[in-house]
Amino acid sequence: MIRLARTLAACAVLALAPGLVQAKEWKKVVIATEGAYAPYNMHAPDGTLIGFEIDLAKNLCERAKVTCEFIAQDWNGIIPGLTAGKYDAIMSGMSITPKRMEVIAFTRNYSQAPTTFGVLKNGPLATMPMNDARVSLDDKAQVDAMVAALTPVLRGKIVAAQVSTIQADLLNTYFKGVVELRTYPTTEEHDLDLQAGRVDALLASSAQLRGTIEKKGGEVMKTEGPLITGGLLGKGTGIGLRKSDTDLKEMFDAAIDAAIKDGTVKALSIKWFKTDISPAS
Amino acid sequence: MDFDFLGDTMMKLLAGVPLTLQLTAISVAIGAALAILLAVLRAVSRPGEYFVRFYVFCLRGTPLLLQIFLIYYGLGQFAFVRESILWPFLRQPYWCAILALSLNTAAYGSEIVRGGLQSVPAGAIEAARAAGMSKLLMYRRIILPLALRQALPAYGNEMVIMVKSTSLASIVTLMEVSGISYAIISETYRALEVFLCAGSIYLVINFLITRAVAAVEYRITPHLRPVST
Repeated sequence: MIRLARTLAACAVLALAPGLVQAKEWKKVVIATEGAYAPYNMHAPDGTLIGFEIDLAKNLCERAKVTCEFIAQDWNGIIPGLTAGKYDAIMSGMSITPKRMEVIAFTRNYSQAPTTFGVLKNGPLATMPMNDARVSLDDKAQVDAMVAALTPVLRGKIVAAQVSTIQADLLNTYFKGVVELRTYPTTEEHDLDLQAGRVDALLASSAQLRGTIEKKGGEVMKTEGPLITGGLLGKGTGIGLRKSDTDLKEMFDAAIDAAIKDGTVKALSIKWFKTDISPAS
Repeated sequence: MDFDFLGDTMMKLLAGVPLTLQLTAISVAIGAALAILLAVLRAVSRPGEYFVRFYVFCLRGTPLLLQIFLIYYGLGQFAFVRESILWPFLRQPYWCAILALSLNTAAYGSEIVRGGLQSVPAGAIEAARAAGMSKLLMYRRIILPLALRQALPAYGNEMVIMVKSTSLASIVTLMEVSGISYAIISETYRALEVFLCAGSIYLVINFLITRAVAAVEYRITPHLRPVST
């Protein structure tokens, strides 16, 4: 009986031990990324993960003096995986939104790219009103002007977005009943379907679209329409963390601040996106 | 357990049931017709046999997921497909999913029907020949009815598998029960409750299908029932 009690006590201590070790100090951080959101993150032909976020994470982890390991995780289950403790952080082009902040915590933003449409150069939506005009969803007058200008053009068109993204949310909020929304598990798949002519337009991050256009097969595409920011589109992209890991948030916040200040984020942004999407420090 | 959430989720998922049933019904119908055709083709001619064996080898040996991907994203890559008269069909995820599901179930189904055909007693065939039936008439009156009756229990299995296979259609943007559940999960991050609801919907559908198949089986096998006194 005593032996049983001892064994149970030992088991309980063992079960608690990883929690105790983690709470003290972070030596290794496992970061999940989708690996299909070029150029934020993608798989190289040899299967390794590469991209803006992989380079940035290496830099941030050096600053924070921790070793970081990337694992690929489907976009669909990426937040449940974090809360279930399968990894410690998400860097996957994930926008900081109020809805997501109910479930997980975010660091400060490390990039901020507007959302816009991707279309075929010779497709039905090759020219759209308000091209390259900046629209903030926080400004009601600008939103009304955008909806009024785009509704007649988009009526009855098929527009694609990645499932459960801020872009899908935008279409559902402002163009419900106007466009037929198709949602895809990854952006790579909606890129393919635009190129095949199955959808008339994509709504996606301008940075992601630019990455696709650079790739082979992407030359038939271009970005078009307004450059949209703010409101439900959130405050840019940040690292997703469990709410309980406040020490990890402090650590990454400081590292991101430093990386923005000394121009590292800007340099990496220009390397991968050919444009500066680093946020103001 | 949050019963409000469960109820709400259930209502949203039920909206996907018609699409799940449609995908199953249409692809099982096309697939069954194809399966009988393939099984008979295999039985009556040597080149036909090689063709059917190769078809079954390919379709049964590769994952359905890949077949859906190849038909949907693969065919769309070729300009000549996009310019062909089939494009209005292949352009739509719905018909691509139906095509993949039908071709897949036809491969399995043809093997089931083949088993049925081989179980037809030689004596029945001899009797039909002796009665002077043509091959076509013999197939229609004697061989197919006996073979299909024999194949039905195994075919019921295949139908149940098809209901579950339709869940793969969500990868080509179709919002059937699984597609909707993925969307709800990515909004609420509550996988357990949503999958429980989705799972129970599939259970109910498959329960009804197995009961229906059992009822048909009972009807067409009066000779196996104990004689009532």
